[in-house]
Parts: sequence; C-alpha cells; structure tokens
Amino acid sequence: MGQETKVRTGARAVMEVLQAEGVELVFGYPGGAVLPLYHELAQTSIHHILVRQEQNAVHAASGYARTSGRTGVCFATSGPGATNLVTGIATAYMDSVPVVIFTGQVPTSMVGSDAFQETDITGITIPITKHNYLVKDVEELPRIVKEAFYIASTGRPGPVLVDIPKDVALAPCQAPIPEKVELRGYKPTYHGHPGQLRALARLLKESRRPLLFAGGGVIASGAEGYLQELAEKIQAPVATSLTGLGAFPEDTPLSLGMVGLHGKPCANHAVMECDLLVGLGVRFDDRVTGAIEKFAPRARIAHVDIDPAEIGKNVRVDLPLVGDISCVLKELLALVEPAEHPEWLERIKILRNNYPLTYGRGGEVRPQWVIERLGEMTRGRAIIATDVGQHQMWAALFYGYTEPRTFISSCGLGTMGYGLPAAIGAALARPDRQVWLITGDGSLQMSMAELGTAIEQGISLKVLLFNNQSLAMVRQLQHFYYEGRYTAIKFTGNPDFVRLAECYGATGLRIAKQEEVVPALARAMQEDGITLIECLISEEEMVYPMVLNGAALNEMLLPE
Amino acid sequence: MDTVFGIPGGAVLPLYHELAASGIRHILTRHEQAAAHAAEGYARATGRPGVCIATSGPGATNLVTGIADAYMDSIPIVAITGQVGVAMIGHDSFQEADITGITLPITKANYLVKNIRDLAATIHEAFYVATTGRPGPVLVDIPKDITTQRAAFHYPPKLRLPGYRSRVEPHALQVAQAAAAILAAEKPLLFIGGGVITSGAHEEVRQLAEEQDIPVIMSMMGKGAFPETHPLFIGMVGMHGTVAANYAVCETDLIIGVGVRFDDRVTGKIEAFAPRAKIIHIDIDAAEIGKVVPAHIPIVADARQALQAILARLPEKKEHPAWRQKIKVWQDEHPLRYDECGLKPQYVIEELYRLTEGRAVIATDVGQHQMWAVQYYPVERPRSFLSSCGLGTMGFGVPAAMGAAIARPGETVVAITGDGSFQMNIQELATLSHYRIPVKIILLNNGYLGMVRQWQEFFFERRYAYSEMGGNPDFVKVAEAYRLPARRVTTREEVVPALEEALATDGPYLVEALIDREENVFPMVPPGGTLNKMVTGGRQ
Amino acid sequence: MKRTLSVLVENRPGVLTRVAGLFSRRGYNIDSLAVGRTENPTISRMTIVVDGDEQIIEQVCKQLNKLIDVIKLSDITDDPHVGRELMLIKVNADPAVRGEIMQIVDIFRARIVDIARNSLIIEATGDADKIDALENSLRPFGIREVVRTGKIAMLRGAKTKGMEASGDGTGD
Ligand SMILES: Cc1ncc(C[n+]2csc(CCOP(=O)(O)OP(=O)(O)O)c2C)c(N)n1
Ligand SMILES: Cc1ncc(C[n+]2csc(CCOP(=O)(O)OP(=O)(O)O)c2C)c(N)n1
Ligand SMILES: [Mg+2]
Ligand SMILES: [Mg+2]
Repeated sequence: MGQETKVRTGARAVMEVLQAEGVELVFGYPGGAVLPLYHELAQTSIHHILVRQEQNAVHAASGYARTSGRTGVCFATSGPGATNLVTGIATAYMDSVPVVIFTGQVPTSMVGSDAFQETDITGITIPITKHNYLVKDVEELPRIVKEAFYIASTGRPGPVLVDIPKDVALAPCQAPIPEKVELRGYKPTYHGHPGQLRALARLLKESRRPLLFAGGGVIASGAEGYLQELAEKIQAPVATSLTGLGAFPEDTPLSLGMVGLHGKPCANHAVMECDLLVGLGVRFDDRVTGAIEKFAPRARIAHVDIDPAEIGKNVRVDLPLVGDISCVLKELLALVEPAEHPEWLERIKILRNNYPLTYGRGGEVRPQWVIERLGEMTRGRAIIATDVGQHQMWAALFYGYTEPRTFISSCGLGTMGYGLPAAIGAALARPDRQVWLITGDGSLQMSMAELGTAIEQGISLKVLLFNNQSLAMVRQLQHFYYEGRYTAIKFTGNPDFVRLAECYGATGLRIAKQEEVVPALARAMQEDGITLIECLISEEEMVYPMVLNGAALNEMLLPE
Repeated sequence: MDTVFGIPGGAVLPLYHELAASGIRHILTRHEQAAAHAAEGYARATGRPGVCIATSGPGATNLVTGIADAYMDSIPIVAITGQVGVAMIGHDSFQEADITGITLPITKANYLVKNIRDLAATIHEAFYVATTGRPGPVLVDIPKDITTQRAAFHYPPKLRLPGYRSRVEPHALQVAQAAAAILAAEKPLLFIGGGVITSGAHEEVRQLAEEQDIPVIMSMMGKGAFPETHPLFIGMVGMHGTVAANYAVCETDLIIGVGVRFDDRVTGKIEAFAPRAKIIHIDIDAAEIGKVVPAHIPIVADARQALQAILARLPEKKEHPAWRQKIKVWQDEHPLRYDECGLKPQYVIEELYRLTEGRAVIATDVGQHQMWAVQYYPVERPRSFLSSCGLGTMGFGVPAAMGAAIARPGETVVAITGDGSFQMNIQELATLSHYRIPVKIILLNNGYLGMVRQWQEFFFERRYAYSEMGGNPDFVKVAEAYRLPARRVTTREEVVPALEEALATDGPYLVEALIDREENVFPMVPPGGTLNKMVTGGRQ
Repeated sequence: MKRTLSVLVENRPGVLTRVAGLFSRRGYNIDSLAVGRTENPTISRMTIVVDGDEQIIEQVCKQLNKLIDVIKLSDITDDPHVGRELMLIKVNADPAVRGEIMQIVDIFRARIVDIARNSLIIEATGDADKIDALENSLRPFGIREVVRTGKIAMLRGAKTKGMEASGDGTGD
C-alpha cells in the first residue's frame, strides 16, 4: 500500500466521510454496538443531538433535511435502537427525504446467532429504504458510506441505511475515501427526452385550460423558480399536492392551493375541468385522486418525474417525461411561447368565488381561524411542521405557504408523532427562521418527550396544540363511515399540557376564548425558547372540504 | 382473549367497529409500541397470548420494536394490523407499509390475508402458532376491504400445517443418556432459562435439583423458574451474574441446560465457557441446540416432558457435599455488595423487596437499573419478573407493567425504570391515568444513560460521549401533570416512607430516586471475556 | 401474459431477497426465477418469468430497475432466444412398463440418470412446453417427485444482453 494511505479505525473513517460530505449535525442515541462510532464522533466538530427515542432521531433528521435541502444523518445502536428507527425510515421513504442512517450491529462473528441485541435490520428495512448495506469488510466502509450519501441525495431522494458491526467499526481500515462513486446499477435520468419535451410544449400550446400540478418533486429539485416562470409565461394556474405546499406561493393569483380528498374547492374543481394536467413531481396518490376513474375526466395528463416507476403507476398518462423537474422545466421554458388563457382564468375566478374555503359552526375557538391568524401574523413565512390528524389538514388549508421547504409534514405515511422531532430538526437547520409546530393532543403525546431535547438544544420553537381530547380525525371517519359509533378515540387521561410544558422548562399558555388567540400568538412570536400554546377546541369540529370514498374530486362535502 | 391493546386509524376502523360491539376490553395506549409491549407484559405475566392492534403504515411500523422484542424472548403475542385495500397494495398508497415484509425476520409467522374466506382460519392459526412449540409473535395483516366484506364464519376445526411441528417427544435413548450423565456427575449444574417458565416445568426443575442435590443457575429469562431464596440457588450467570454462578460454570462437569439459548451475554467468551463440562441441552426448538455451544446430549422436547422422563429414570437421591461446599465458599466470599454511603439504587430495590415481601410482579426497563433489579429483587414464582432480555429494549418497562397489571388484577405490579428508558414511553403515564392502572413506578434517576456511561468508563477511556441526559424534566411534576401521585427521594431516609406510601396508595404512583450518579453494576464480565475474569465492586 | 426477463445483478448476498421481496410487496406473480453467476464473477444473471398484464409488467421492470443492485434488465420475450429448463422426475417404473417409459424418454430426448428397483429418475431439458409435455406423458405411470429449475434463457445469434449495452452510473 502506498505510504500516504493512513490506517485508522473503521469508525474514524466513517467520521472522515461525514466531514467530507459536510455533515454538521447528527441525531442519535447511543448503545453498546454503536459506541465505537460515538467514541470517534465526540472527537469531531460534528454536533450531536441526543434525542429521547430513536424514532425521533430519524424524524428530526428528516425535518432537518426537508428544511435545509441537505442530507439528514442519524445514529442508533443495534437491536431495539435499530427497530425503533423503522417508523422514521418508512416515513422518510414515503416522502422521498434524503437521510443516511447508521446503525451499530453485533460483531460479524455473531451475526445470525440471535445474539444479544441482534436484529436483522437490513432485512427489515428492505421495503422502506432506497438502499441499505450490511458492512462486513472494513475496507469497504469508506466507499459504502460515500455511496450511501450519493444514493440518498440524488435521483429521487430517500433513506439509506448502513449497518456496521462493532468489530468492523473497531478494525483498522486502510482504504481511502474514493474520489468518485461508481455504481453500475444506479443512474438517475436528469434531462428530459427532447422529443417528449417538444411534445409537452405542443400540448401546452394546444391546451385552453391547462393546469400545473406541483408536488414534492418540485421542492426536492429546487424547481420553484422555474415553475413560477412557466406558470406566468403561459398563464396557467397551479395546484399542489400536500407535499407540494410551498412549491408555488399561495398569495399569488395563479395559485389554487392543495388538491385532494381535503383539497381546496377551487383546486379540486379545476382538476375536474382542466383539459391538460401537467403533473410535476407528484405521485397521484390515492389521497389526491379520489376515485381514480373519475379523476381529471376531461384532461390529457402529462407526468414529469425523476422516477420512471411513478409514471403510469396510478393514473393513465398521455405524455410521460422522465427527468429532474428543474432540468425539464428549464428546457421546457425555452420551447414554450408566452400564452394567455383569459376564459380559463375567468372560470377559475368564478370557481374561487362560488366555492370559497369556509368553515362551519364549531366551538368557541375555531382552529381554522387560529391558523389563518397565524398565517397573517407571520406573513406566510414561518416554517410550519405538523403532526397528523385534523390539525394537519387545517395547517395545510389555512396557513398560506409562500416558500418551499416551509411545510414539513408526514404526507405519504401520515405518521403521528412526526411533528415535534421534525420541528426540532427544522429549527436546527434554520435558526434564522420562526418555526411553528401545529399538532394535536394524540400526536404530540407520541413524541412529547422530545421537549427535553428541544430545551437541551436551546432552540427556539413555538408549539400550537389543538387539544380536542380525542383522535378527532378518526372520530371524523367514524362519523361519516361507521354510523357515528365512536370507538377508542376519547382521551380521558390527557395530561395538563401547560403544566407539562413547564416541567420541561418551556412556557405554556392556554387558550379557551377567541379573543385570547391573537395576544397568545403575538406573545409566542416575541419569546425565545419553547412556547406551547394549548388551544382547547371542540372534538366535533370537522375537516372540510371532504371527498367521500368513491366520489369524484368535485363532489365535496362542504360545511353548512 | 379478554383484553386488547391498540390505537385506531383508518385502515383498522372496520375492526374497531366490531370490537366495540364485542365486549372485549380495549386499552387505548398513546403509542403503538406501548401497545405491543403491553401485550407482551400481559403474555409474560399469564402465559396467555397478548393481542395488540394497529392501523396500517405508521401504526404497523410502530409495533416493530415490540414484535422484535417478543421474538427474541419467545413471547406469544398476536399483532393485528390494518392494511390498505387489496387493490391498492403495492402502489405506495397512503399509509401503506409492507409490514409482512418488514416483520419477516422478527415474527414466528406472519400473514397477509387477501381473501375473506381465509380470515377466520388465519386468525385461528395465528393464535395456534403463537402459543405452541417455542412461542413467539405472529402478525396478521388485514386489508381494509377484507374486514368490510361479509363471509360465513367458520372456524376450522383442524389446522393443516404440514411445515410446522410444535410437539416433539423426548427421545428415550437421549433421556437415558442424560440420566446416566446426571448420575455420573460430581459437579452438576442446572442452568435454567425462559423455556422452563414457558413449559411450566418449574416444579420438575425443583424436584430434579432437590432429589439430585444439583445447584441451580439461571439466565435472566429464567428468573422466577426456581425460588431464588432456595439453598440450591446460586444466581444469574453471565455478564452481570454472581461470582459464584460464574465460577461454578467454569468448574462444573455437567451442565443441564433447560430452555436456555446460551446467549453471548451468558457465555462470555465461547471457547472458555464451561471448559470441563458435558452439556445436556433440553429445548423445544431443535435449531437452538448446538447453535452456540456443542451439546453432548441433545434433547429436543418440551422441557417439562423431558424433565419428567429424566426424573423417571433417576430413582435414588444423590448428594454432592464437596461441590456444594465449594460453591458455598464462593458465595460467602463474594456476596453481592455495594457501598452504603449516599442514595444507592441497590438499597432502594432491597427495601422494595422487603416491603413487598418479595411478592410483587416486577417489570424492568433496560440499563443498570435492570441489572440491579435482577440482583436485589429475588423472586420465588414464575411470571413475576418481566424484562426485555434478548433485545434489551429500553421503554419496555412501563407498558409491560401496564399489561401485567391488567392481566393480574389485585397484585402489586412495580415497574423499575431508569431516566433514559422511562422517557422512551413516558406518554403512557396518560394510559395509566386514563384507566387508573395500578402500576407503581420506581424511577432510578442518575441523569445518565448509566449503562452506556459504565461501558464508556471501562472500555472507552472514560470518554462519556453523549450519555449524559441534559434537559431531563422534573419527573415528579410530569407525573402530576398527568394527575398521578408522585414523590421524589434524595436521601436514604426518605426511601422507605416513599415506598410505603406508593404501595399503600390505590392506583398508579411514581417514586423518583435521585441515585448516586456514577454507581456501577458489578460484577461485570467484559464483553467477550471469560466468565471467571470479572470486574468486581469498588472504584479505584 | 407471461414475460421472460433477463436481469443482470450484482453478485452480492441479499440481492435475491431484495428481488423476491419486491415481488411479494407489490403483489406481482413470479412464475419462475433462476439465478446463477455469469462469465463475470461479480455479476449474476436472474431469469425471471412473470405473469401479468402490460401495465404490471411495465411496473415490474421499472421497479426492478430502481434496485441499486440491478445493473441491467431486458425483456427478451419477443427477441429470438433459447429458453431452457431442467427437470428431474422420479416415476414409478415396474419392470413391466420400463420399456414404455424408455420410449417416451427417447422421444423427448431426455435421459435416465438413476434406476432403482421400481422407480427411475429422468433428466430432461427443454422449454417449458416440452417439459410440461414430458411430465404429462409420464403421469400415467405415477410420478413420485418432480424438481424443476425454472427457465434460463440466452439470445440467439451473436447478440448478448451483457454489460456493454448498459451505461455505467457514475457520480461524484
Ligand atoms: C402512528 C399513527 N397511529 C395511528 C394513526 C391513525 N390516525 C390518523 S389521524 C389520527 C388522530 C390524530 O389525533 P390528534 O393528533 O389528536 O389530531 P386531531 O385529529 O385530533 O387533530 C389517528 C389515530 C396514525 N396516523 N399514525
Ligand atoms: C431502545 C434502546 N436504545 C438504546 C439502547 C442502548 N442502551 C442500553 S442501556 C442504555 C442506558 C439506559 O439508561 P437508563 O434507562 O437511564 O438506565 P440506567 O442504565 O441509567 O440505569 C442504553 C442507551 C437500548 N438498550 N435500547
Ligand atoms: Mg386530537
Ligand atoms: Mg439513567
């Protein structure tokens, strides 16, 4: 071996790659099998955030990644440490978030013997990772770690797991960090096929009622600028999916907002009336399309995505185009002529007026109203992390997002408990920004211990908790589909959340009246550290619009 | 089946709809992982299968740790998960996760039911497989549209499982060999594990030990399979075993392993394990035999049946006075001990033992406190010490205690936990509060991931990388925010009154003890070390 | 519709699990799967016969292609190719019927590879139709056991479905 190759432990080599990749922080939880990595981590300048449960390490890494656009990193030990990651990994996988996860493993000689804290985590996570590795030879470690970062962050991003047996981490390693990643089985397509691009330009030209439909892929590829340019150039309205919130500023006239089972009325109507639907980095998930055979009945569908497997998976596609959204839009902009669609935009205006987003009767404090105030007071510029439930939908509908990477939410897997750790990751990624968590009493309890992490890290975070003493989204389903037989949704043992916040050293405020809302929000905006505002709301509140199973997107239930 | 633990969600709502009408009790936990651990606690405390229910996607993935835990400790639980509709499977649909694929390595069996006609038979089979042979977790994934369809209910009278054999008779020849070996041994040792408890063989173990005068050691899973106050009992073996037990393993000429796995935490360095001994290995799972240590006399059978067969071939009693004496000397020379100044965790547990007269059901979390609980709370009865042994899952303790308290009403159930572990499922205080489940929580707070810190102290140059818990809340106030009574103790004198109050109070209670922060667990065999090379007490 | 896919994969542990897991997870039906090393020891070839409509086959191919360990995939159903399967079949063969069996074996150009007192093992290779036909012809004698490998396939002529046709993914 050449003299310049230095020998260091595998664990040390991992740190070298992390530093070369520019990793500045990792989220994790130590334990026996991963101690060699921790031992070396403590010698680097990389900041470590000790969470309270491993699940939240992945969620926090994912919140960090979504907010910053960089790859999130987390560490956990073998066995229970690794299995605790599973929900976080699945959540990141469904939303295509780049995270690299390092797990300790029992020594290679014991792998397969059901040793203490041994779990086949690479086997378990095959269905929920973009790729994973069990490292058996320390000389492969630098290459594998580098590959992991490359795979996680390129193409369609996603989680990659690297499982490192303890003896491998401790073994001497000579291999240098490779200069380049060479993977003969992995080659994402970035540039659009010229013929297909021309075809799309033609479709756009022919269309009289075009609709651009933007999803998480737009944000992942940083294509929001091109999207805005295109929308304005051809005067096409833009709707988004849940993950696409923020890809297009909602305070502009061409914006329609979110489409889907709880989509905005005018966006849903527009989908049903358009003659060309251009899906950009969307999955046409079942939550978006409603009854698939009734989806966009008058439209030709063009689908642009970096993942060829998404195209044609759920809806029939008239024009498939594989590529990175930024590349494709840039190339497309050169091919399209400016256009105007006055009739279509007029029709949109009518839809908007006829079907405004409203909310019906409810309790004293209306969650929708609270979120609207929050949107105004922060001018749509805060970073909003959410949990899963009714509050998630209200946060999606009523805030008004203006920038990408400001809506951080578990969309594909719908994981309760995601919010708080994701918000912590977001706050660490963007200390310059106000970060709000909008959560529910059921969801917050799933990861509430992370308040301790937030305090320990000294971050500034505002928590807006809608407490309806129930799993109200489930209650809503039981209301509509199960004869109002409300089962297992009522929380009688809920803690006093304000006192609880105070136990952790946070500020707690409770709101029970409408006039208390604005002052409380204002106070939270002033304050550093953690402020929790508990809004007591009625469990009978419903999320509207609502498209029932089997209905088309424009057959929405609306509040009276 | 009288109780299930779970959390509802879209895909599992049809089941909940029927559950509400069924009369089966449902305990709504605050996180699905706790539902799985509670089901485990229920099963560990009773021997009956525990059941947990979760929705598709995140609900299902949240069960994974509990399932893996049950798998490692061979605990019968049945996990029922909702799944997206059959037609949507494979499309990355909303809240779709391939939970049967994910749990393949950690279930005894799992099923994705794609046809309503198979549903009843599958559920039946799931319970059968979970509880027979070597028990373990079984998962049944039921797409939403399957549960809303109707079908004539027919519970199949007989299952057809050609690939599954749950009962095996002990082989007569091997039984004879075992009996002969026992008669010939001069320094025999009974080594008992979880399999003794599963098969209900504790009486047979006792009979064999007493009649043949054989000292007994146990794995952590074996705790409760033999009365720990019995004169023949030497203690737990392995990394944090007693000195006498570990010495005995090094000297013995015959190990009768019953329902044990010879896990690496038990054996230490494998080549140096029981170097002079012949090994009889009784286990219902043929794959365990010879997996880690070679067995000279393998017996694949239910532990109870095997022991009965062996006992039948051992007519006369025997005594091993010299061997007993040798062990006695080790025991006298190396008792468990700790430094008495300050507030020591060992003291708290000893007092708990005294006040509950050793009759409580103990559930532990994972860390130093777990080992102290093993060492200082001797138990007499099977199914009264519940701990995550194979997977070592922090966060197991409180939900497992919850399941045990529900399964065994009227008994004192205590969760012994640490500040790190407690926070992993701290939200379950709400469940305790909601149902007033009478779990007494003893929180041994050292402000550290203590076991990790101990390892770093001994094996990583005292570099305490991220093992200190900053940002811990005021746990007493936290409990109070959940409307649970709670008390903190900071001195030795406060311990007994606090424990007394906890035990005298109806319903749940939390005692937080601020213990000596850098107390260590001794003895300790370094990982991969030889059992008789232990680090014992006293800081330099 | 049955399609034959020829898939080059990294020769690494776990690759088969990834492929098999993909099929079960997404609800695709595998008819047969055969795997073995290629002329390059770091690469294995899987020959997979799948059943499904056009849309499903398209998804199968795209999803397989996404696996990092899948280097190259071709659907060779419509290309002229040689497809073969190997079968071992154990049939009852009293001396009285042996002659008859041997005739059948000859017709199918199969071979007898083991003889016991009243049974024979026959080895046959061929495409699935031929193998099926042989099995059917032997059925009247009483089949004791059948072992089949699943199909393997190679393009006819000088063309190959090897590495040179595919691009190497590189990045920095
Ligand atoms: C981990 C997990 N378990 C179960 C569900 C199913 N589920 C979806 S929404 C919901 C209720 C959420 O309650 P809460 O957080 O209080 O929000 P709310 O609907 O009351 O606003 C549940 C249980 C889920 N999404 N994630
Ligand atoms: C889920 C999980 N993550 C990590 C570990 C590794 N681990 C083993 S013991 C321990 C420390 C436990 O701390 P605590 O509960 O405070 O108990 P103590 O050792 O301080 O008594 C850790 C982190 C584990 N066993 N389980
Ligand atoms: Mg709620
Ligand atoms: Mg501790």
